[in-house]
Amino acid sequence: MNINATLIGQTIAFIMFVWFCMKYVWPPIIAALEERKTKIAEGLAAAERGEKEQKLAEKKATKVMHEARIEASDIIDLANVRAGEMIEEAKGKAVEEVAKVKKGAEVEIEQEVANAREALREEVSVLALSAAEKIIKSEIDANKHKKLIDDVSKQLGAA
Amino acid sequence: MSGENLTSSEYIKHHLTNLTYGQNPNGSWGIADGSDAAKEMGFWALNIDTMAVSVILGFVFIYFFKKAASTATAGVPGGLQNFVEWVVEFVEDSVKDSFNGRNPLVAPLALTIFVWIILMNTMDLVPVDYLPHLASMMGVPYLKVVPTTDPNLTFAMALGVFFLILFYSIKIKGAGGFFAELAFHPFPKYLMPFNLFLEGVSLISKPISLALRLFGNMYAGEMIFILIALLPLGTQWMLSLPWAIFHILIVVLQAFIFMTLTIVYLSMAHEESH
Repeated sequence: MNINATLIGQTIAFIMFVWFCMKYVWPPIIAALEERKTKIAEGLAAAERGEKEQKLAEKKATKVMHEARIEASDIIDLANVRAGEMIEEAKGKAVEEVAKVKKGAEVEIEQEVANAREALREEVSVLALSAAEKIIKSEIDANKHKKLIDDVSKQLGAA
Repeated sequence: MSGENLTSSEYIKHHLTNLTYGQNPNGSWGIADGSDAAKEMGFWALNIDTMAVSVILGFVFIYFFKKAASTATAGVPGGLQNFVEWVVEFVEDSVKDSFNGRNPLVAPLALTIFVWIILMNTMDLVPVDYLPHLASMMGVPYLKVVPTTDPNLTFAMALGVFFLILFYSIKIKGAGGFFAELAFHPFPKYLMPFNLFLEGVSLISKPISLALRLFGNMYAGEMIFILIALLPLGTQWMLSLPWAIFHILIVVLQAFIFMTLTIVYLSMAHEESH
């Protein structure tokens, strides 16, 4: 309980410990704390930035998808229209073709009919002539009755 | 109880006597035999136990904090680093709360005071007979294990703080400014002597109150531990356990008070005017 030179000794020890603490203990710990603080702050900021960017990207993606959908429906519409047009065109062509074929067929048929009629007429006239010849072999002279035969043949041809 | 041949008052006295090395009145140098002999040695004597324990504990503080400081990184902290950082942040927050100036000394000073006093106070929780008994078996007659129960130590720290107060008061305000602060408050100039007396007392009372508060608390606490140790063996723990638990609070609280008041006093020294 006596005040003695311990006072001086303790003061020296105290100063030494404070000095050492100030020089070698405090600064590195505080530096590490500050560094960690900035690191954490940076991390948080980066996370926030990332979140913001993600939201932005999501918005962009939605927009792009929306546009794509509109474009797709446009394309489908166009395709539908084009398909309709093509069908119409094809129909028109087909009708034309049909008409052409029909006309050709009709012409041919007519031709055939005319041919057949001609052949028939000739045959009939030959038959008629031969029949007439057989009937009136003796009585009708081919020369004498030439005019008559021609008339008959002409009449048959007109029929 | 240490010796059967000791009376209670001798036992208490023995526990409260420092191991003092100095010059005996007869001219020889050596360990003082009892506190009366230590008193006769005058000022030029050294309390070896106080010095040794406090310096060892100071080195404990320096060792662990330096270890944490040299491995400190901004990455994930380990156990020791975590603890040290927690203490450092606590001290830094206290400094930021109370200290308004800019001074790179104050925070490390506060940290040293806080941790060192806690370590020294914690010696109080070591059962009162362990270390003195061990020392007496090794031939050391006296050992007071709690350095903060030696007023030499508490006054040394308080005086260190006091000199810092004076130094920064003069450095920041100038000698004239510091004198003006002492002389022209709280009353007008013509009452200067009265002001000087008042402010002088309040200035001087700062280190004295710092030193005596810590010393008184720890001395009284130690004294009660010693008194409890005088009780019969079976009943000691009933008192020493609650007192030890309560004392944990005192240990930390006194260190905290010493640190906070140091910060506040230094903050006042840095402020230009009242």
